[in-house]
Amino acid sequence: MDHTPPPFFNRGPAPLVRLAFFASLSLALLVLDARFRYTEGLRSVLSLAVYPLQTLATLPAALGQRIAGYFASQAQLREENSELRAKLLGASQSAQRFEAAQAETAQLRRLIGAADRLPLKATPAEILYNGRDPYSRKVVIDKGGQNGVTAGSPVVDENGVIGQVTRAHALLAEVTLLTDKEQAIPVQVVRNGLRAVAFGAGASGMLELRFMAANAEIQNGDKLVTSGIDGTYPPGLPVATVARVERDAAYAFARILCQPAAGVESGGYVLVLGAEPGRLAQPAEAGAEHDKRPGRTRKPRRKDGDATQ
Amino acid sequence: MQLSNPSGAQSILLPVRAGTILASLAAALLLNFLPWSSIALAPDFVALVLAFWCVRQPRLVGLGAGWVLGLLTDVGNGVLLGQHALAYSLLAFATSTLSRRILWFSLWGQALHVAALLLFAQGISALVRLAAGAEFPGWSIAVGPLFGAALWPLVSLLLLLPQRIPATVDETRAI
Repeated sequence: MDHTPPPFFNRGPAPLVRLAFFASLSLALLVLDARFRYTEGLRSVLSLAVYPLQTLATLPAALGQRIAGYFASQAQLREENSELRAKLLGASQSAQRFEAAQAETAQLRRLIGAADRLPLKATPAEILYNGRDPYSRKVVIDKGGQNGVTAGSPVVDENGVIGQVTRAHALLAEVTLLTDKEQAIPVQVVRNGLRAVAFGAGASGMLELRFMAANAEIQNGDKLVTSGIDGTYPPGLPVATVARVERDAAYAFARILCQPAAGVESGGYVLVLGAEPGRLAQPAEAGAEHDKRPGRTRKPRRKDGDATQ
Repeated sequence: MQLSNPSGAQSILLPVRAGTILASLAAALLLNFLPWSSIALAPDFVALVLAFWCVRQPRLVGLGAGWVLGLLTDVGNGVLLGQHALAYSLLAFATSTLSRRILWFSLWGQALHVAALLLFAQGISALVRLAAGAEFPGWSIAVGPLFGAALWPLVSLLLLLPQRIPATVDETRAI
């Protein structure tokens, strides 16, 4: 009576129907992720499934390092040891001076009635590998949520800021480098206190100061440090040195390129700083403006995406 | 469904086992997660193995498998969720559709087809990222798929090994 084919010829929906289904599912996920950031739950569940494979994949490199460490010669180690000791001596001396200066600063701040600056928590971490995405500049470090690393924490090396944690997994964290096209950091010129925002310039490995008037007082060799007005980066960390200033009368803004101070694209060990304690609430109108355009910025993925500006 | 073996004779393949497919796909994911120094130049092993099974077993491996693998790749690489899922679904669809044609060719002829298909998949994920606002990383992203296609003969030989009838002749067998 029924004219359906026998079950052994049944192949399910037609290929084009299946393609339409899976393609629209992917597109829906893309929009949900890129625009609204609704997919973090799904991502964390799936990342648990992928984690064993990832660990297994990084195992050979880690093992190789350990074997190489085992065979390091004694002379080499002694040389390195004495070098480190000399370095420590220099560092402890500047640390003593720093402590004295810090006490002095705290006293002065109390005199002028400013809030005390609280000490930051720092977690040392090692860069495991470069991010596997040719379209962005990221590295993966070996400390994650279990070590107190949270999304939004600044990451520095011994010379300055290298970037910001943009996604913290349980045991790993992704750090977006300053040179990423979508990463921004508020800076200040040391020489005259001029404030600006530095954006990554992408593949060139440089930073760019955007929206600086053509007659802004800035010159080659100016040192840039974090201004701390965003409440994410603590103030005074070295960021970059101005490398080139192009002033063209045809444009309202100068084109300013800076060389990062830290080894943003190189280097193995970094410090993850805790988010600034005692952070102030955002001003009311800035918050309102942010609420009006919730998905506009594609800046670092974070639950509270308001800290960069 | 035959592949000329090194001796030049044709051989009949054993039916594929699901375990072989799963193990090869897991191994491909593992290879992709290795810390490659330049990710743009590294071949995409998942796309390659997925294309292989879509050509050989289009009824077992297809769009669904591609989509799930794409999702896992997206999460593992920390990129936009759905980027590789879309690319691998389209790759699986194109490969399954072309599978009858591709199998007529020699291994290097197949590799040429696969090069075009892998470039197509890479182009899809590039389109997705550029639409999402990323900058174009340069034409080096086309090198990975070409390397992948060059690996096709090797991958074919390796993945078909479990299906080959052992060469030892059983003297006591009746026929």
